[in-house]
Amino acid sequence: MAQRSNGAVALGLVGVIAGMGGLAFASVPLYRMFCAATGYGGTPQIGPQAGPGATDIFITVQFNADVNGGMPWRFEPVQRKMRVALGDEHPAFYEARNLASTPVTGVSTYNVTPEKAAQYFHKTQCFCFNQQTIAAGGEAQFPLSFWVDPAIATDPHTRDVTTITLSYTFFRSLEDANRTGALAKAGPHIGSTDAQGPIATP
Amino acid sequence: MTATSDHAHDGHDHHDHKPGFFVRWFCSTNHKDIGTLYLIFAIIGGLTGGALSIMMRAQLMHPDSHIFASGQHWNAVITSHGLLMIFFSVMPALIGGFGNWFVPIMIGAPDMAFPRLNNISFWLLPPAYVLILAGQMVGDGAGPGWTLYPPLSNSTFQSGPAADFVLFALHLAGISSLLGAINFITTIFNMRAPGMTLHRMPLFVWSMLVTAFLLLLSVPVLAGAITMLITDRNFGTAFFNPEGGGDPVLFQHLFWFFGHPEVYIMILPGFGIVSHIIATFSKKPIFGYLGMAYAMVAIGVVGFVVWAHHMYISGMDVDTRAYFMAATMIIAVPTGIKIFSWIATMWGGSIDMEVPMMWALGFIFLFTVGGVTGVVLSNAGIDQALHNTYYVVAHFHYVLSLGAVFSMFAGFYYWIGKMSGHQYPNGLAKAHFWVTFIAVNVTFFPQHFLGLAGMPRRYVDYPAAFEGWNKVSSYGAFLGGISMLMFLVICFLTFSSKKKLADNYWGEGATTLEWTLTSPPAFHNFEELPRLK
Repeated sequence: MAQRSNGAVALGLVGVIAGMGGLAFASVPLYRMFCAATGYGGTPQIGPQAGPGATDIFITVQFNADVNGGMPWRFEPVQRKMRVALGDEHPAFYEARNLASTPVTGVSTYNVTPEKAAQYFHKTQCFCFNQQTIAAGGEAQFPLSFWVDPAIATDPHTRDVTTITLSYTFFRSLEDANRTGALAKAGPHIGSTDAQGPIATP
Repeated sequence: MTATSDHAHDGHDHHDHKPGFFVRWFCSTNHKDIGTLYLIFAIIGGLTGGALSIMMRAQLMHPDSHIFASGQHWNAVITSHGLLMIFFSVMPALIGGFGNWFVPIMIGAPDMAFPRLNNISFWLLPPAYVLILAGQMVGDGAGPGWTLYPPLSNSTFQSGPAADFVLFALHLAGISSLLGAINFITTIFNMRAPGMTLHRMPLFVWSMLVTAFLLLLSVPVLAGAITMLITDRNFGTAFFNPEGGGDPVLFQHLFWFFGHPEVYIMILPGFGIVSHIIATFSKKPIFGYLGMAYAMVAIGVVGFVVWAHHMYISGMDVDTRAYFMAATMIIAVPTGIKIFSWIATMWGGSIDMEVPMMWALGFIFLFTVGGVTGVVLSNAGIDQALHNTYYVVAHFHYVLSLGAVFSMFAGFYYWIGKMSGHQYPNGLAKAHFWVTFIAVNVTFFPQHFLGLAGMPRRYVDYPAAFEGWNKVSSYGAFLGGISMLMFLVICFLTFSSKKKLADNYWGEGATTLEWTLTSPPAFHNFEELPRLK
């Protein structure tokens, strides 16, 4: 049996290590592409593609708004819920007020629940695609536009869905936090075991 | 073979001259000496991690205890405990220690393929150990848990350099493991004695081969993930920060893609050791040799596609959970093949209840208990309730702290005579087994009840309702501390004994190549290759 030299075997194994290490880094864009393609994790479909036009099946869309602890904004939806025809494109609005005495730039994460509905939820325009800046004490209204693919009503996997919840969480953008020195620090650690501690027993 | 060794000894007397103390132990390229260094290091790592666990059980003995100054101090200690036990005790003992000692001997090789690489593998570990301890002591300490999940591990919640020390320690330990894996695979592929085909290799060598491949495929992924964590913490990247477009759940996927094979890395060498011991003391060859070897391969392969069962509550959809649940349960099949083959080996055998056999039987019993709770936890529905409770703590301590550690002690008692030329004190060793067996069960069995009652893991305190079983568990841990002291006494008595040992002191049941060498083996073994019929 022709045997490879020790060095050749070791070199091959180093190649495996490099490949797996590279795969770990490649997983960052791959994970994003996987989520965008499959709607995994509630990732909606993004793009300018217009809806096919209204059908006579209706679905409820709810709007949710959250703000990260380090973000000095009030942020809420203008409308709590809408009843929309499948296939019809609709606008919706959120409003935000900057409570800080400096301009603040934020960026929002977004998803939809139930997660299995995400592959049929199309966002054509959204404030969440870009960073948003509000002047000190200022207010802003943020638009978005969406349609729901009528196929959601025929896919046996998703036809039980009657309500889709659209959710946003605003974070202070990293650059803004760096610029203003507001990069969050937890400070002295909580969780003391003294009697005042949060889980002390009586 | 004895004749061959003697001849070599006479003919080339200068070959067996050992180098001076510094060169022998600090610049060592000898697989047996490096194995010894690994074993000593593993004992130090285990004692450190064990001391931390006794502190933890002292804190949890009563609610509202004040042994730990703060929750962060507690977090730092549980982090160090986990990492020390995994990377600085179980892995060095089973892979670096017994692996280095016996893989070359069992395949009839004179040494490892890359002796100097072997030296580097070992000497990367002590600095990593120091970095782990630095992570414990610098500032508030590093308390992200061994799983290092962001955001808890990011600079917001673990400010200061402590967590960076821990991450760099993992890098060093990872490089050490990878170099070791390259060395083992090359040795096993290229340096087997004539006639030692892959299908005739001892099961311990098979277990090390599978383990080395698991290391090779999983550790680089951990290295990638913690590198991203380091740059997120220090250089403003946002791989895992949502505000910069990252995703913290991605870290969990990367971590567990490493973390799940890692648990098999810790247990497979134990499977190998236990197979040898069961066969030796039943005086029968192992039942279903090929099935045993390929069961380990199957465990290794399937172990790579089940990682998300650690993440059932991370928001995965029901189909994904169903897949990971089914794949996880499938692992119980090759594992069951191993358990039943061990039992079948003993069946009808002439069983000697020597100390290594007691530990091996303890291993089978405790590992099976842990395996059964593992099947319970693999159910995505049940795991919704049990995730991050003490039930999980009980489960993985049964398979690792009891399973893997029992296999380490089994290997120690099986081979210490071969490695040192001195035999352990039999009565005290039996007492050590029973004290340990009782201690670990008293410690960990009540944790099933605590978990089912809803006690979450990783907290420094708990409501008074959980006090009863926590107290029992702490008593068990203190008894475990006594068993560690017994082990140190046994080590001392073993090395101070004057009795000489025969080459094959276990008799007819011990058939692998290490029993053809003297006890202890000469500094250089197999100067002439053994030939297998």
